Amino acid sequence: MSDLLQLYQDIILNHNKRPLNYGELDGHTGKAQAHNPLCGDNVTVYWKSVDDILTGITFEAQGCAISRASASIMTGLLNGKSSEEIKDLFSKLLGFLLDPDSEATMDEQLGDLVALSGVRKYPARIKCATLAWHALVDNVSKASGGE
Amino acid sequence: MSFDVASIRKEFPILKTLVGKKPLVYLDNAATTQKPRRVIQALESYYTETNANIHRGVHYLAERATEAYEEARRVVARFLNAGTEDEVIFVRGTTEGINLIAHSFGKRFIESGDEILISTMEHHANIVPWQLLCESTGAILKVIPVSDAGELDMEAFDQLLSERTKLVSVVHVSNSLGTINPVKTIVEKSHAAGAKVLLDGAQAVGHFLVDVRDLDCDFYVFSGHKLFGATGIGAVYGKYDMLDSLPPYQGGGDMISQVTFEKTTYKAPPGRFEAGTPHIAGAIAMAEAIHYLNELDRTDLISHEHDLLEYATGSLSELDGLKIYGTAAEKVSLLSFTMEGTHPHDIATVLDADGIAIRAGHHCTQPLLQRYGISATGRASLAFYNTREEIDKLVESLKKIQVLFA
Ligand SMILES: Cc1ncc(COP(=O)(O)O)c(C=O)c1O
Repeated sequence: MSDLLQLYQDIILNHNKRPLNYGELDGHTGKAQAHNPLCGDNVTVYWKSVDDILTGITFEAQGCAISRASASIMTGLLNGKSSEEIKDLFSKLLGFLLDPDSEATMDEQLGDLVALSGVRKYPARIKCATLAWHALVDNVSKASGGE
Repeated sequence: MSFDVASIRKEFPILKTLVGKKPLVYLDNAATTQKPRRVIQALESYYTETNANIHRGVHYLAERATEAYEEARRVVARFLNAGTEDEVIFVRGTTEGINLIAHSFGKRFIESGDEILISTMEHHANIVPWQLLCESTGAILKVIPVSDAGELDMEAFDQLLSERTKLVSVVHVSNSLGTINPVKTIVEKSHAAGAKVLLDGAQAVGHFLVDVRDLDCDFYVFSGHKLFGATGIGAVYGKYDMLDSLPPYQGGGDMISQVTFEKTTYKAPPGRFEAGTPHIAGAIAMAEAIHYLNELDRTDLISHEHDLLEYATGSLSELDGLKIYGTAAEKVSLLSFTMEGTHPHDIATVLDADGIAIRAGHHCTQPLLQRYGISATGRASLAFYNTREEIDKLVESLKKIQVLFA
């Protein structure tokens, strides 16, 4: 598979076109924005959590296919997780993206996130692939229960 | 003789690059232009035959270097049709040039309540220095709006201009839209209102000849690297009496007349504004780029670029869902566009796999893109060494993207 087709796998293209959990979340308890100053992209993540357990999550994004797909996949994975578990998963994702040789297909926890494997050949796009995660992880524990 | 793009391309070694197996199609000239061989050679021969520090040695090389550097200043002065070479200050580029003027003009002339007028289509380099100046002085920044087609709203400009306006600072050619602004009219009207004018010529000088005395602007700034020269060098033109009335920008060596701990006196322009060792090789190479351009027939270059613009506008417009931003009557060979269903970054990444270099993003003009309700465009910016075949490749590749992202 060419680097390009690995970057734009069907899973990514589908999430880009028909993202999961798109739009503002009714009754959200937290909300955070992340911005990529390099390209002007913006993503907003909304979530609901009860006793530090995530019970709902949505997003809105002005961004490229990689940032939208990554946000969409993220929202599909996190319900029922604690903020600690979310952080763990994020560091797994980072490890996967930053290591050009990682064979992360193996890690079931990553789910559809392994479709981001193509990003490893495009270091400039790692920021795109992690934008929504940064918004969430940097804020989910402190903002639960309020905005 | 008709314009021979093939022989022009031979002068630019980098245009032979292969990206993977595909020939490079370089359509990012608004970011920086490529360099002809003789500019690259000028850098090399400076370091092999001339290198020394300037203005401070009596030995053979120091005199040679000083003479070459000062000759470069005369070349830039003639290129802009400045009154004398003392009206040309070497700086790192457009950004430093604007900061220099904001600092020195600001210190001398700007007070609380004064107004500085810029436009919605400015590069961040012509926004942020004025915001900093306004913050420190209490002056007020006003903004000329742009139309849907990407032209300055000249009626609004008339309204905004007043006796409070001290400086009008606008872009000559927009780096995001390609619009050529009616700068001569802007200068006339501003002067009539008692305001001085700075023109950001970063995107103008590479496309057509600029005559600062005909424009009658008070300041003009540009970057060498967008004029087929090296990075790290550019120039500020300022009317001599204006420059002579301004305090220095940075302090240091080379800009003083005499230093004592009680009182330091400064050199006359341009020396007053050139503290420290400048980019000597860069100035000399920029002069070489100007010689190269002067030897070409600029009307040929302009008509070739115009042909490319028309051709590209026609063929891009035929693509479904493609929208061009910037449709001014007067524009240079630059196309900003969006394509439905595909973000500009993805477009640029896929084009890159075909060897095609464009820019995607906000092009350092975030307020302008906000004006159009978008956060990014793809931008193909063409120079005289580009060809219709390269535009065909761009269009073919964009069609592939439409299929991939459909
Ligand atoms: C219109 C305009 N102004 C200012 C600049 C800044 O130029 P430089 O980065 O060379 O200082 C640019 C270049 O990006 C530009 O296009």
